[in-house]
Amino acid sequence: MGMLPMLAVMLPVLAMVAAVPLGARGAERLTLAVLPIGLALSIVIAVIVQLTQAPILYHLGHWAPPLGIAFRADGLSAAMLVTTAIVVAAVAIFARADFGTASGAPERRQAFAFWPLLLALWAAINLLLVANDLFTLYVGLELLTFAAMPLVCLDGSRATLEAALRYLMFALLGSVLYLLGVALIYGAAGTLDIVLLRERVTADPPVILAIAVMTAGLLAKTALLPLHLWLPPAHAGAPAAASAILSALVVKGSFILLLRLWFGVMAAVPLPDAAQILAGLGATAILLGSVAALRETRLKLLVAYSTVAQIGYLFLMFPLLAAVPGVSDIAAKAWTGGVVQAVSHAFAKAAMFLAAGIMAARFGHDRIAELGGAGRAMPVTLLTFALAGLSLMGVPPSGGFAAKWLLLSAAIGAGQWWWALVILGGGLLTGGYVYRVLASGLRSGGAAVPMSTPVTWRRDGMALGLAVISVALGFLPLAAFGLVQVGQLDLAP
Amino acid sequence: MTSATLFGLAGAALVGIGLFGMLVRTDPLLRILCFNLLGGGVFLVFGAVARRGAGAGFGGDPVPQAIILTGLVVAFAATALAVALVLRLASAEDKR
Repeated sequence: MGMLPMLAVMLPVLAMVAAVPLGARGAERLTLAVLPIGLALSIVIAVIVQLTQAPILYHLGHWAPPLGIAFRADGLSAAMLVTTAIVVAAVAIFARADFGTASGAPERRQAFAFWPLLLALWAAINLLLVANDLFTLYVGLELLTFAAMPLVCLDGSRATLEAALRYLMFALLGSVLYLLGVALIYGAAGTLDIVLLRERVTADPPVILAIAVMTAGLLAKTALLPLHLWLPPAHAGAPAAASAILSALVVKGSFILLLRLWFGVMAAVPLPDAAQILAGLGATAILLGSVAALRETRLKLLVAYSTVAQIGYLFLMFPLLAAVPGVSDIAAKAWTGGVVQAVSHAFAKAAMFLAAGIMAARFGHDRIAELGGAGRAMPVTLLTFALAGLSLMGVPPSGGFAAKWLLLSAAIGAGQWWWALVILGGGLLTGGYVYRVLASGLRSGGAAVPMSTPVTWRRDGMALGLAVISVALGFLPLAAFGLVQVGQLDLAP
Repeated sequence: MTSATLFGLAGAALVGIGLFGMLVRTDPLLRILCFNLLGGGVFLVFGAVARRGAGAGFGGDPVPQAIILTGLVVAFAATALAVALVLRLASAEDKR
């Protein structure tokens, strides 16, 4: 049982290594065969964590920290593992139309690159979720960048190559700053294991400096507002399947690491002032990102700016958790709200990018003003976009509503009502840009749209499935969200 | 001043130079070089930490040394990837 987190990482790694010599067709088949196993593994981990109400610990090679390296799957890891597995599976099935190799057709370079990269990305995210050692997390962070960067420039055009280079520069700067922080923390505390660090760190200058440097680096990777410049061109330029993964999961990897730093390593040393700054940046991201999305004329860029805005919501949990002492109702609400926001945004944004990809493929362009006739020609695609939009807006009942409601009530409970205003204003702006797309799509006329084929039905089904999950999260009983509280370090005795 | 302090200060200086270059320079190749300077500075700081933290008569703490080795490999891979991307971009420019 303890080996499960390790298996969740090793399965996609082994599949990736095996996929490279198999060629494009073999890699595709292998990926599709591995998907259900990975999904089952992550669900079993989540069920075990929920039933035992304790994190799964595994010491690699039976060497205990500080000398050895531990894997630790707590409630947060379990929830994100399941999310990752579902999104990766849906995107893989969606991507068969773009990167699949039909029998008899010659194998293409893009298809050969896509499948191993997808597996590598999955492995890197799983490693980031279960690793409990700051240096292993650094390796996971770098693997994630190395797998995500080629996906950005898969079609090899000049614009996407430039976007990929810019992304790589931000990401490399971010991870080397993170590594500098790891060196400083090791110098101060003599270990890198998060559970041990929680007891050893104090508010000394080297530790504070390390946390500041690491946070700055991770913000560049998560694309929080002043450091978001790389995200829109990179996410909008990638093929739809790749954009969905990048926006839904890759930016969450570094965010989860930030949570581990602030509420794992520094659980005993709250930093309320710095947390206010982070949430201030988040609030600015919500407002400016939404306004940028409102003004955008291209559909994929609109969805990318919406990611910039929705990432802002994730950072509102920081001051709420830092303001109140560890064990309290408000802290639990803020933590659950933040994590549910990460999960529901992952499903909604993946669905939205897939729907945008389907529309762009059918129309041959993604200019919002010229989407007239989409409502008649592809109602399912537009419905997917609308459902995902409802969840992003936070309209009840949806996953986005549950997340924003929890954050809102935590903000009022903690006496920081100004964040509640930001949440409400952001919801209105989100409604504005989702409405723009729907209004344009529901207009009649426009150029003739090609008839749908069986392949597009499968693609629509995958996108719609993800959107429905993002809404259905709002129907879950609140007890189900208790999963994400399991093993949280500042709650543990 | 011990040698560990000296190496730590040299590492800090390299980090400063590399960070400045990565933020100010726009040429991709220069930025990649600055990334390597920055990385070299971080590894030097890590080395100084290893020297200071050594106990039980050892010359250095082995854990940071192992981390530096892994970090060097990762930084090398990152550099190779970035240079390959710059080359691809340059050839895309030639074709136009």
